[in-house]
Amino acid sequence: MNPFSSGTRLRDMIRAIRACKTAAEERGVVRKECAAIRAAINENDNDYRHRNLAKLMFIHMLGYPTHFGQMECLKLIASAGFPEKRIGYLGLMLLLDERQEVLMLVTNSLKQDLNHSNQYIVGLALCAMGNICSAEMARDLAPEVERLLQFRDPNIRKKAALCSIRIIKKVPELAENFINPAAALLREKHHGVLITGVQLCTELCKASEEALEYFRMKCTEGLVKTLKDLVNSPYAPEYDIAGITDPFLHIRLLKLLRVLGQGDEDASECMNDILAQVATKTESNKNAGNAILYECVATIMSIEDNGGLRVLAINILGRFLSNRDNNIRYVALNMLMRAITVDAQAVQRHRATILECVKDLDASIRKRALELVYVLVNESNVKPLTKELIDYLEVSDQDFKGDLTAKICSLVKKFSPEKIWYIDQMLKVLSEAGNFVKDEVWHAVIVVITNSPDLHGYAVRALYRALQTSADQETLVRVAVWCIGEYGDMLVNNIGMLDVEDPITVTESDAVDIIEIALKHHTSDLTTKAMALIALLKLSSRFPSCSERIKEIVVQYKGSLVLELQQRSIELNSIIAKHQNIRSTLVERMPTLDLLEWEEKQSGSIPNTTSSTPAHASINIPNGVVKPSSAPLVDLLDLNSDDVPAPSSSGGDSFHGLLDIDLSGAPKQSGVNHSPNNGTDALLDLLSTATPTQSSSAISDLLNSGQDNKTPVSPLEVLSSPFSNSIQPTSSAGAIDLLDSFATNSPIQENNGPAYPSVVAFESSNLRIGFNFSKLPGNPQTTIIKATFTNLSPSVYTDFIFQAAVPKFLQLHLEPASGNTLPASGNESITQTLRVTNSQHGKKSLVMRIRIAYKMNNKDVLEEGQINNFPQGL
Amino acid sequence: MIRAVIVINTQGKPRLAKFYEFQPVEKQQELIRSVYGVLSSRAENVSNFLDAESIFGPDTRLVYKHFATLYFVFVFDSSENELAMLDLIQVFVETLDKCFKNVCELDVVLNYSKLHTVLDEIIFGGQVLETSSTEVLKAVEEISKCLFCPSPSFCLNILFEGGLYTCSCLDWND
Repeated sequence: MNPFSSGTRLRDMIRAIRACKTAAEERGVVRKECAAIRAAINENDNDYRHRNLAKLMFIHMLGYPTHFGQMECLKLIASAGFPEKRIGYLGLMLLLDERQEVLMLVTNSLKQDLNHSNQYIVGLALCAMGNICSAEMARDLAPEVERLLQFRDPNIRKKAALCSIRIIKKVPELAENFINPAAALLREKHHGVLITGVQLCTELCKASEEALEYFRMKCTEGLVKTLKDLVNSPYAPEYDIAGITDPFLHIRLLKLLRVLGQGDEDASECMNDILAQVATKTESNKNAGNAILYECVATIMSIEDNGGLRVLAINILGRFLSNRDNNIRYVALNMLMRAITVDAQAVQRHRATILECVKDLDASIRKRALELVYVLVNESNVKPLTKELIDYLEVSDQDFKGDLTAKICSLVKKFSPEKIWYIDQMLKVLSEAGNFVKDEVWHAVIVVITNSPDLHGYAVRALYRALQTSADQETLVRVAVWCIGEYGDMLVNNIGMLDVEDPITVTESDAVDIIEIALKHHTSDLTTKAMALIALLKLSSRFPSCSERIKEIVVQYKGSLVLELQQRSIELNSIIAKHQNIRSTLVERMPTLDLLEWEEKQSGSIPNTTSSTPAHASINIPNGVVKPSSAPLVDLLDLNSDDVPAPSSSGGDSFHGLLDIDLSGAPKQSGVNHSPNNGTDALLDLLSTATPTQSSSAISDLLNSGQDNKTPVSPLEVLSSPFSNSIQPTSSAGAIDLLDSFATNSPIQENNGPAYPSVVAFESSNLRIGFNFSKLPGNPQTTIIKATFTNLSPSVYTDFIFQAAVPKFLQLHLEPASGNTLPASGNESITQTLRVTNSQHGKKSLVMRIRIAYKMNNKDVLEEGQINNFPQGL
Repeated sequence: MIRAVIVINTQGKPRLAKFYEFQPVEKQQELIRSVYGVLSSRAENVSNFLDAESIFGPDTRLVYKHFATLYFVFVFDSSENELAMLDLIQVFVETLDKCFKNVCELDVVLNYSKLHTVLDEIIFGGQVLETSSTEVLKAVEEISKCLFCPSPSFCLNILFEGGLYTCSCLDWND
């Protein structure tokens, strides 16, 4: 033996690894050790084999590959000594798994060791088998294990019992062989063996119906007696946990009783008394006692109906809820969640305590309690519960507000007894946590308000008041701005006063003031500002005295750097300045949206929005303004336009559907580019009534030519001529979609975002590569590129390989190509999918270096190139 | 069934990782890292339970206990009682404490294989084997007695050659 190959001791290696300051240093040490171990393996070094394997196990734990040591495990297991075998089996359990074929080789050694005269070696073999036994091994070794269930030493008996569990899990049909020996284990006095015996019986019941019946008939009474003895047993020091005798055995017995009692009245009847005894006699001031109570409750809930016991069980859970220990409250909430399906009434009684848990300091308890409260709410208690939750909203953690708000909104929507209550509650939520309210929720608030004509005045006044105190809640501002725009006259003249309201004095200029504040507030985002501009337009007609002032405000945005605002400003200004005669009809109050229809549309579009990631869902929708109003706008045009080829209402619908698509699919960055499009369309539609000369014909062009995919681009450019140079190719591609759906009259649901034009990425005299782009919904960073390779030469290419490299900010993943042979003259092509993730999405565009290797006429050809012509925004 | 027992220190280094359902090494490391990520960001006085479904897949729960510089983590499914698992961690730690006389992280690191022996006497193939720390200790001691030096003649060499080589049996036999 070469003395220099012996390497370091295990301990020294661990010390060396621990002394490493950096990960690189650690890798270095591990690499050196692994090299030494490999060398030792090659030399078939016997003396240090077990030490090397011990080292490998440590290295494995740190996450380095150790597969080269697998055969060493087998060699050690086959050796005679206990220390070698021990390390061998340990390595077997850690480094190998049941799926590896090497394992086949170990079956024989296992069989020998199971029959070994040294009981510790038998123990080792059982342990290894219990951890990694495969189905085949189970079949081969089941008789040995079965025999060991009657071994004299209890340590072996209990290991054999657990090993049997593994066997019947792997091969359920072996279960019947184990029924009798398992039943014998239930009569054991040794706690350890008894626990494992009970576990084996529980698993047998799960694996085989026959076993379940057998144990139900033969063992229920015996188990009840065992549990009774245990409950009444005197103090047993070695199984004592915090003053309670063997809580683990209690729990296992209760669990087996649960399996036996479920679905069987006689068995359930038989265990009622002992369950009641456990539930009342167990001390509940320690974790161990509570663990037993918790298991007991679970058993009571699962066995056949006994009303009295269930009330007792739910009361125990109620007591848990006021326990000081977080863990106890946590499990109680979990269990109550399950109990609610069994006995909702009994759970309702603990509502107050559960509500307290919503305010718990521990976030996971809060979350569970909130879920439970959510399930507990019904028509009769919605008012007090919502009040409690909204009150708590004021003081809750920022992290929790999102969850809480979502739940409150959903409750209010589901159970609201009357509209005024709904509006009141939603106003409270909007003012407290408006920034956490989802878009569809505040849209719904607006729809509900428009649907309650008698509450228009009330709502607008309440919103006005709320806005004065909570101007920083974005969604509140939006709803308020919209309502003031629509119902400003009701605000000023106190129309539709309800008895419960205090009168309020608001002048016309106050109303304009508050919108101006919203427009100029630094926290307002694009949507809010755009909504504010529209509201101002509406007010300019409602309050003629303020018209001049509104015009001035609107004009200020003529130079806005945000395209959307600039455009709106110019358009609105032109309506105010040039089209006085039609202005009042233009800005008439919105017709009521049909609530049901709107909800249907919402639920129709929900699959769209939910398919995107949560981060995506929170994107501010730039065209939120248009969304609720676009359909009425179309209606409006229908009314006013005799000589204009106005879009039919079906066109309006698909337009609406289209907006939905855009909303769900548009990635954050391109969303801004998109909004001018939608805005332009809606507003140009609107304008077309006034100037039916040029632009309306363009619109009709646009509508008529919708059948063709390519032509609409040009009319659109005419339409948006002032901006056409700023609209990126992406948005015009979006516009094609828009027109597509006009033509087909059905919104394209599967469209997942803006389409990107295909490019010819590479072209040489012999080869052309085309790239097709698509995006995954909700993941704007990742682009799926479908590359198509076409052979331009007259000869066949074989062994075709495409390789690509990207800079660091990109990640590239190549799927396998569709083939490696490319027939001549473009007869067929190879396709290959590339997935590129751009970590600098929106800042840097894609770039890629490629290399193509193939054989033409058995000659190697290598082509290289760089691709810079990716469309923007990928 | 218990799915995994993990011991990590407060710096995120794994000190013991035993998965009762096979996981490839990379996956194991990833799981350990995510568990550490969640644990290290948890406040002190909160419950010992964690929603593990996002890390370990459906029907999994996680109980952990923090002792000095070590986190002891048990991952298991709904067939186990959460509170009992908490007690089982206690049993495991108490046993180690008796084994090493005031166990500290260094004991755990250096006696890696002994740690496994103890664990194997408490949890067996994902099932609870023994819950009394005295019984576990007894079994572990009996096993230790069986650990004689694999090559006694080689050990004699140490004496004669002035400690040039150290016998590998020292690595776990103390």
